[in-house]
Amino acid sequence: MNIVTYQPSMLLAILPECLLVLLAAMILVADLVFPRDQRSAFGWLTACGFILVALMAVLFSRPGETPEFIFGGMLRHDWASFTFRLIFLLGASVTALFASDEPTDRRFGEFYFLMVIATLGMSLMASSANLIMLFLAIETTSLPLYILAGFRILDQKSVEAGIKYMLYGAMTSAVMLYGFSLLWGFTGTASLYEIARQFQVMDRASLLLGGAVLLVLVGFGFKISAVPFHFWAPDVYEGAPTPVAGFLSTASKAAGFAVLVRVLLAVFPAATPFWAVVVGLLAAGSMLVGNILAMSQRNIKRLLAYSSIAQAGYILVGLAAHSPLGTAGTVYYLASYLVTNLAAFGIVWLVGREVGSDDLDAYAGLGKRNPTVALAMLIALLSLGGIPPLSGFFGKLLVFGAAVQAGVQGESWLIALAFVGVLTSVVGLYYYLNVMKTLYRPGVDEHSLRVSSAWRVALLVCVAGMLFLGTIFTPMFQLAVAATGGWF
Amino acid sequence: MMEFLTAHLLTLILFLPTVAALVLLFLPSTAVRALRWTALVTSLIPLGLSLLLWQRFNPGGELFQFVERAAWYPAIHSDYHLGVDGIALTMVILTTLLTPLAILASFNVQQGVKAYMILFLLLETGMLGVFMSLDLLLFFVFWEVGLVPMYFLIHQWGGEKRHYASLKFILFTMGGSLGLLLATQMIGVVTGTYDLPRLLQIWPGLTTPENNLFGLPLATVKTIAFWAFVIAFAVKVPVWPFHTWLPDAHTEAPTAGSMILAGVLLKLGAFGFIRLVLPLFPVESQLYAGWLAALACLAIILGGLGAFGQDDFKRLVAYSSINHMGFVVLGIATAALAGASLDGTIALNGAVLQMFNHGLYSAGMFFLVGVIYDRAHTRDLNAFGGLYALLPVYGSILIFVSMASLGLPGLNGFVSEFMVVRGAWPVFTLATALSMIGLFFTGAYTLKALWKVLHGPLNQNWKGHISEINGRELVVIAPLMVLMLVIGFWPAWIVDVINRAVGLWF
Amino acid sequence: MSFPILSFIIFIPLAAGLLILALPAERKQAVRVIALTAGLLDLILAVLVYFLYDLSAGGYQFIERVEWVQPLGISYYAGVNGISVPLVLLGALVLTAGVMVSWRIEDRPREFFAYLMFLGTSVQGVFCSLDLFMLFFFFELAVFPKFLMIAIWGYPKTRDYGSMKLTLYLFLGSVVSLVGVLAMYFTAGLHTFDMLALEKAGFSMAFQQSWFLVVFGGFAILGGIFPFHSWAPDGHVAAPTAVSMLLAGVEMKVGAFAALRVAIMLMPEGARFWAPLILALGTVNVVYGALIALIQTDFKYVIGFSSVSHMGLVLIGFATLSREGLLGAGLQMFSHGIMTALFFAVVGMVYDRAHTREIGELGGLFQKMPLAAIGFIIAGLVSMGMPGFSGFVAEFPIFMGVWRVMPVVAIIAILGVIVTAGYILLVVRRVFFGTLPARLESTVGDISALDRWVVGGLAALMVIIGCFPTLSRMVPLVESGVMQILALVGGA
Repeated sequence: MNIVTYQPSMLLAILPECLLVLLAAMILVADLVFPRDQRSAFGWLTACGFILVALMAVLFSRPGETPEFIFGGMLRHDWASFTFRLIFLLGASVTALFASDEPTDRRFGEFYFLMVIATLGMSLMASSANLIMLFLAIETTSLPLYILAGFRILDQKSVEAGIKYMLYGAMTSAVMLYGFSLLWGFTGTASLYEIARQFQVMDRASLLLGGAVLLVLVGFGFKISAVPFHFWAPDVYEGAPTPVAGFLSTASKAAGFAVLVRVLLAVFPAATPFWAVVVGLLAAGSMLVGNILAMSQRNIKRLLAYSSIAQAGYILVGLAAHSPLGTAGTVYYLASYLVTNLAAFGIVWLVGREVGSDDLDAYAGLGKRNPTVALAMLIALLSLGGIPPLSGFFGKLLVFGAAVQAGVQGESWLIALAFVGVLTSVVGLYYYLNVMKTLYRPGVDEHSLRVSSAWRVALLVCVAGMLFLGTIFTPMFQLAVAATGGWF
Repeated sequence: MMEFLTAHLLTLILFLPTVAALVLLFLPSTAVRALRWTALVTSLIPLGLSLLLWQRFNPGGELFQFVERAAWYPAIHSDYHLGVDGIALTMVILTTLLTPLAILASFNVQQGVKAYMILFLLLETGMLGVFMSLDLLLFFVFWEVGLVPMYFLIHQWGGEKRHYASLKFILFTMGGSLGLLLATQMIGVVTGTYDLPRLLQIWPGLTTPENNLFGLPLATVKTIAFWAFVIAFAVKVPVWPFHTWLPDAHTEAPTAGSMILAGVLLKLGAFGFIRLVLPLFPVESQLYAGWLAALACLAIILGGLGAFGQDDFKRLVAYSSINHMGFVVLGIATAALAGASLDGTIALNGAVLQMFNHGLYSAGMFFLVGVIYDRAHTRDLNAFGGLYALLPVYGSILIFVSMASLGLPGLNGFVSEFMVVRGAWPVFTLATALSMIGLFFTGAYTLKALWKVLHGPLNQNWKGHISEINGRELVVIAPLMVLMLVIGFWPAWIVDVINRAVGLWF
Repeated sequence: MSFPILSFIIFIPLAAGLLILALPAERKQAVRVIALTAGLLDLILAVLVYFLYDLSAGGYQFIERVEWVQPLGISYYAGVNGISVPLVLLGALVLTAGVMVSWRIEDRPREFFAYLMFLGTSVQGVFCSLDLFMLFFFFELAVFPKFLMIAIWGYPKTRDYGSMKLTLYLFLGSVVSLVGVLAMYFTAGLHTFDMLALEKAGFSMAFQQSWFLVVFGGFAILGGIFPFHSWAPDGHVAAPTAVSMLLAGVEMKVGAFAALRVAIMLMPEGARFWAPLILALGTVNVVYGALIALIQTDFKYVIGFSSVSHMGLVLIGFATLSREGLLGAGLQMFSHGIMTALFFAVVGMVYDRAHTREIGELGGLFQKMPLAAIGFIIAGLVSMGMPGFSGFVAEFPIFMGVWRVMPVVAIIAILGVIVTAGYILLVVRRVFFGTLPARLESTVGDISALDRWVVGGLAALMVIIGCFPTLSRMVPLVESGVMQILALVGGA
């Protein structure tokens, strides 16, 4: 491994991160300058900032053919980090637009500032190649999110959500950190890729490896809200401001997957058969528990929380297949899930604000009140259910396909996993259909909901994204394959 | 033009009624007169054409004449293959003759004239198709096609219990033909053709490796197929004990429906025996001919007894059909056992002639029952009495037709029944002897009916309330009476045609 | 390829649906006109395909191919053969008929017709697919229009239950076969979803035997195979008329077609191995479906169960793997599609006027709506397998096929025919004849002009095919398709 400590060109590789810091600073300044009643301007500002950063990233921070280690091996500049960075930025900008009408108790500046910092942390998570850098990045992401989840300090539930999220997060972080320290202690290096090399030359590695895998998985499992580390998700989603919940369930989850995949593939190639089974069990558990518990939910945010647990299970199936196709499927799925779930949470936010309830019954009559919004919700739910021509279909196809591929090549338990996946997705469709049916049930109120232009644009982006990823598969698929090239 | 006519004579006869039905479809349903007359006139054309057919038919020529062939369903080796022999020819004549008469007899139908006439014409196509088909599948197609119009005729224009009777009729016949359907399929699969002339060559002498078919001995399979055919046709004839649908259907059907039902539809069953069962299963036929004769004998006796027990005039006539058709079956059974011997040939000739004759007089009887029912609105024999005094013309006609059915020498019934008995006596002596006792019951119930209706003390209720048979009705009955008389005195013209066909078959 | 006719057939309904959604909700008449125009255009193109298909050349024709996801070997690959041409026609026919009978829908017609059109695109897409992925894509595309149309416009008492049951059953079937399809894709190792290429993949015997049932079973659920048939009656009954027509008339054929195209044609050895089971299940379908139909008191349930019974014949035909059986199954798919569409159309017309479907509360409707009654009777005759109608032309070869493989099944299944005759005649008698209840005297009127076209057109087709199986091109078309199957399956 050829590690160079510093070269000026390396700055270009972290240009997006630098720009994000700049954006954060700009928001703080604007918070002082802007009149307080212009709150939607912050949404636009942040969203445009994110988009600009993404544009810059595409123009100047494109990784080369071969991955490079930069800043003394702290970061790895490859297609995986590049792709995830774009996903995070997209998610963040959509969330910013959705949130632009959020009543944040006159502290918009802080809200968006925290979002930008969290995004920065995610971006670093995706490219970390060193345990220490990784831990720092995770905490940079988590701390702002803890605050955001409890941002409505006047709302008990929100505060509870923030604290709960922080406690769970801190605990799992500690366990994960313990795992990191084990890795470091046994190998004497913090570089992910160096650790893997050390493992290869060690003899009594298996027990140690297994233990480290499990400990690390605890931390990541929390981030992606996989069973059995999912308990926080329903409560936090329910209590947190809705755009934050959407952000947590999409971008933050994607970040968790980005590190999970990198660590498992880079650090533990020797233990692949073991962690594949563990991931498979997590996947099966998430799919079963998430889908089955979602069926009985009456609160839409809790329902989406359980659905997001289930979705994490599907995404894990791609990883359990431990093949390039599987991880490409993971990336595709995450991108698709991002636009899909953001749209769903965006609509939940709108209804919650206008009707004042997150109960399923609040959605009755939406089909009459706002046919377009109802149609968007329909599309989002169908995409979650994996119905063409929407993005969720292709994502599911890829992850299950990867499982079946590994299955027919000998690891037949993965076929069983694929069957668990498809059968639970039938259960999933059940509660998505229930929501859909509610949309078109006659409701009490016939007034149409007030919609801001920022919100409209955000929703449009999401719907377009679902349709695009659901019909024109090739561009995103190639990007996902490229990202996979950065991991393997 | 003439060439086209000759080449497609059968098709024309077969489908002209359908075309006429389509024409009627586009007439307004309120134009009752137009509907009736169109139906009548168009049904006369097939009659004319079949007379042409008769005239051009060469009795000494090939077995099947006027053959037409076109691809119909080549994917399963079934063709549109028509042709007639002498037996089919007589049946075609019978059908095309009775249909216009039945239509004329139905001029008093008031409700749903359009649908009624359309169904009648479609029924004619169905019946003719059975007689003309030279393809087993096509035979089955027409066999079933005829059921539907008949079902609706009974169902819509029938008497009080018409729903029950019509359902019984169609379920019995359809149920009976399930076996026929299965056996047809089986034969098609085994031989790879439905073409009758070819099947007649292949099937009777069929051999398979180890003489096995579907894991069963070939002989067993053939026997099962034989019984499947027999049951289908036996239901239609009907042979005792498959006859129970008949009294109900006949009684409830409208007059013209009964005429066709008794006149032609029952013949389809007998025709099936002659056309399919005997030639396709000669061995089995011979083997089981005794059973068939026994059933025929039972039909004759029980049909006669049944008729005697009835108080409903129409029901009485209906049971008489069972009785008369028993002779047809007896003749067929004789032919099955005796084969090409003199006895067999005579019996079969008699059977075919009896089919024709029964077509004439049973249609006549049902028509006459209809005539009196139209006036009296009852068919209860006990309600009549002494009507001869009021209705001398009707009474005379009724006596004439009854005598024909009774088998009075000089009228047609005698000729055919005599031939059957003459042929059957040496073969099935006991059965024939018992059938002669049955003939005694025939006389008994016929005379009972005549006595109850025409003679005895006049039932005063009817005085001034009942009118003589009218002109239209006379036109209906007259041709039938003429034919009964002609065949009674000079049967040679028709027997010759039948006899040559029978000769060619065996 | 000059004119992409199949793409037009597939996407005209989709385009019309989108256009309809873009209209303001008040313009109900415009919505209807657009839907009808799209249906008719689709029908015209389908008829063109039907007559332009070159019988002497055979094989797949009107082929179009565009790369879709090249890295995975997915392409938009459309083409039709003798089996699918009639089905495309069927789809267009029933779609158009569905629009016509739904003309008077007043509750949100915009969404209704749009979803109906989407369903049309879905079925046509499946019938034209030569790419396994594309087939699946369109197959699942049907999920949401079906669900929503039943859930929103369905029969109020049962629509919640019916829509959910139907959608979940069908989704279950499709995802199960999806796993099988993926297994085929990866096992073949050809990196293509091209079905023509997969036909030559040479799957091992063990693979075919273990995976055939997964793929076939999944698709056959949509075909109504016992014991997964119970969605069909419940779903059909809960659905609004046009959707019942499309569901029973076309969607069930989509299931059967996919089972044939994917499972049987790509894994013939598996088919051979499992054929006895399918034969047995199909026989249960036929007899059981007919018996249950016999005891129903709801007019629509009778027809719902009759579909189960008739689809059993299709499955039996498949399972024979013989020329006659497959020919009959192909014909039965078309024939039953038209027939059941007509049934449901008439049931809908009766219900719209009488507001009840209880057979006991109906009667004498022949006087009020004679053409509808005649249409129903003709459909009934078709369903009884009466000669002279399309049902006979289809069922007869199926039975011949059965004789080749398992004669006892023919004897059992034929019982279904007599039971069918029983329930059809009973229903006809109780609903259309007898005395008209006083309650209905004033409310029931004759059917509309559009309805007349539907009833007359569908009924005429059944008679034409029944009388002229060969002249109408139907049999030669299906036969040429069957030859292709036999080339893969081998055998007689």
